Amino acid sequence: MSPAPTTVFAARSILTMNPARPRATHVAVREGRILGVGTREEVAAWGPHTLDDRFAGHVLMPGLVEGHSHLMAGTLWRHAYCGFFDATDPDGDRVSGSPSLEAVVQTLSQAAQARPEGAIVGWGFDPIYFGAQRCTRQDLDRVSPTRPVGVLHASGHILNVNTAALQAAGFLRTGIDHPAFPLGADGLPTGELKGPEAMLPVLDHVGLNRSFLSGDEWGIRAFGRLAVRAGVTTATDLAATLLDPEVDTLLRLTGEADYPVRLVPLLRLIGITPVQAVERAVELRTRSTEQLRLGRIKVVADGSIQGFSARLRWPGYFNGAPNGLWYTAPEAMRECFERALDAGVPVHTHTNGDEATALVLDLLDAALTRHPRRDHRFTLQHAQLADRAQMRRLAALGGAINLFANHLYYWGDQHVAVTVGPERAARMNACRSALDAGLTLAIHSDAPITPLAPLFTAWCAVNRVSASGRVLGEAERITVPEALHAITLGAAATLHLDGEIGSIECGKRADFCVLADDPLAVAPEALKDVRVWGTVQGGRVFQA
Amino acid sequence: MSGSPTAPLPCVLIGGWLGAGKTTLVNQLLRQADGRRLAVLVNDFGELGIDADLVTGSSDDVLELAGGCVCCSYGADLVGTLRRVAARTPRPDALLIETSGVADPAAVARTLRLLPELALDATVVLADAPRLAALAADRYVGDTVRAQLAAADLLVLNKADGLDAAARAALQPLLPAARCIDTVQAALPIDLVLGLQAEPAAPASPAAARPLRGPAAAAGRFVSRSALLPAPQDPPALARRLADGAPGVLRAKGLLTDTDGRRWLLQVVGREARLTPAPPGARGPDRLAVIGVAGVYDGAPWA
Repeated sequence: MSPAPTTVFAARSILTMNPARPRATHVAVREGRILGVGTREEVAAWGPHTLDDRFAGHVLMPGLVEGHSHLMAGTLWRHAYCGFFDATDPDGDRVSGSPSLEAVVQTLSQAAQARPEGAIVGWGFDPIYFGAQRCTRQDLDRVSPTRPVGVLHASGHILNVNTAALQAAGFLRTGIDHPAFPLGADGLPTGELKGPEAMLPVLDHVGLNRSFLSGDEWGIRAFGRLAVRAGVTTATDLAATLLDPEVDTLLRLTGEADYPVRLVPLLRLIGITPVQAVERAVELRTRSTEQLRLGRIKVVADGSIQGFSARLRWPGYFNGAPNGLWYTAPEAMRECFERALDAGVPVHTHTNGDEATALVLDLLDAALTRHPRRDHRFTLQHAQLADRAQMRRLAALGGAINLFANHLYYWGDQHVAVTVGPERAARMNACRSALDAGLTLAIHSDAPITPLAPLFTAWCAVNRVSASGRVLGEAERITVPEALHAITLGAAATLHLDGEIGSIECGKRADFCVLADDPLAVAPEALKDVRVWGTVQGGRVFQA
Repeated sequence: MSGSPTAPLPCVLIGGWLGAGKTTLVNQLLRQADGRRLAVLVNDFGELGIDADLVTGSSDDVLELAGGCVCCSYGADLVGTLRRVAARTPRPDALLIETSGVADPAAVARTLRLLPELALDATVVLADAPRLAALAADRYVGDTVRAQLAAADLLVLNKADGLDAAARAALQPLLPAARCIDTVQAALPIDLVLGLQAEPAAPASPAAARPLRGPAAAAGRFVSRSALLPAPQDPPALARRLADGAPGVLRAKGLLTDTDGRRWLLQVVGREARLTPAPPGARGPDRLAVIGVAGVYDGAPWA
């Protein structure tokens, strides 16, 4: 029997991330895997093959791995993009940012005209760039006085709605006394809904509730297109409910011949006990396929720093805001860790504040003492304020870290001025410290909170520049090769997938990020501008 | 008031740290429901420990319980679930909301107050007596635990049999101004937690204090007393006396007429007193019912 057909891709250059053979020009692919990497002659020695030279002018690097994203990043593109910055939609069309409140109203008005009835929904709104000006329901009433209008903030924690939406939800009245409902001079809510208890009852009325489910077929497909555009071949959905219908949908879509990304959804510990979560993860693990990797758990310890719901150690928030909230009881986290260690189920824990990181380290330490497990790689997600001592301890415990490098750019100025102050802002998302501590390091976008674009994320970790151009802690910068490692092998290692993906070498999946520029040849400040042509995933070619 | 379909639905919030006995209390109350249709909202079914013999069935996301009671989980959407439960037919007589172990009951109470169709009657916070000192001093969760205690109208110091007198006395500085009740197995009479079912019935003659019915473990510990009052009263002054000074008073409910002839509904839970205009359906003479600790509450502070 003759071997399966072999394709040899020729490229301008192949950045393999394999130190034994860092550069090559040809890669042979058979059955979706890498047969060999090297010169034309070297890979030709594997036998008969078809030469594919469409990448002769391109640079290949390993398919990028997004270790912290959400499928909702696709679903939200059902609605009007209202972000400050220009963006690219799943179909590759450039979408202008809305640099003023007036522009946001215009964007939403256009969306209203495009669809003559029903709610009008926007997302990605970030009024911190508009100074002190707040969006009110009267602003959105200009979009429509009668149809419900809602616009979700980039952080995902605030929703602005118009009068019609407030009225439909039963909140257009005086006498409301709740921190999530700021009131106007007339005693009525301003339409800004700060936090889930205020947002959720209104989301139904603006048709947004389904966006928070990860079983949305259109959204999963859109996410795939976004991934191709970003050079991503493996991505996590970091907080899924993973009920059977959702798993069935994911299995069906990721099993399609042209679905371009390997998905790694994590089961969130919410609404179920730790015992149930671990049992479910073990059960889901058996349903894993090549393109859908199941059997991991996500735990959320605290809230967000810019929302002041993260748990900070003394002296707390720079502006004096009270300390944040625990989202999961420590007892539940400990039980989850212990049972997951026994069952071999990896757990990724969201900690934003350094007190949350401290608690999770204590819990993990105690759990490991009673339930030792080699190479567990329990991963801290965000861990934005983790300091060097915490990182050394995490490394000693066998953990890994996935830092939110994009925060430095998008919210860095707020962190300096308001949340943690200049000193701690200079060591937020401390990538240098993580590597120095010997940690497995990934960096992430948390898409849709910030755009899915690992090369941009790498740029953030390399340059540490905020939106206003301020450098946040040069000492925590990492090099371009280190950053590229973090968005390939590093992220893969947090998922125990670094033996399969993350580098271009014999035996691994044929997952490539196809670039028009060489990321190691451009200036570090230009890393975010490296052009992505598309991807090869499992040997299949996807042009962005 | 109880007959009016538009009257706000009374709610009791049950808070406290993981393991304090919130679910045990819910089970105790369900066993005493005795015809009251209770709707229990739990943070998630995962932590649900409703006794199996109370469960009669389930439909959609609702667990059906004996005696017309139901249980729902609210997960992230408390407001939506509250609205759905309040709109159920038949309408529940009262809602019991069990918070998550890390929740601040004061924050949940603010959310409940968003809904005009609900009336928060009391925040009952349970504490695990033997663990309380350590939890309240814990470097990570101490502030959360202390905030929970501070949010209580009635504080239930559960598993109190696990403490000797010295340990119990040592807890005293942690216990806020709320009325504190020591329990075992969260054994409390339903009328103490939920309040008396309707406004106090007009007794034929001033009645003596009688023991409050409840679980065996609470037998004889609590009494109730109701009496007619001469009109007019000074409702705010009476409210203050009951909430601030009266020894052993845990709850009170009354119908009062002020010097201007206006009628008021008075509700006292622990140190909280609330005066609202009497509902139109409330007729009959001025009267008051009090629930107190047997042997401490010794009669009529209004006399």
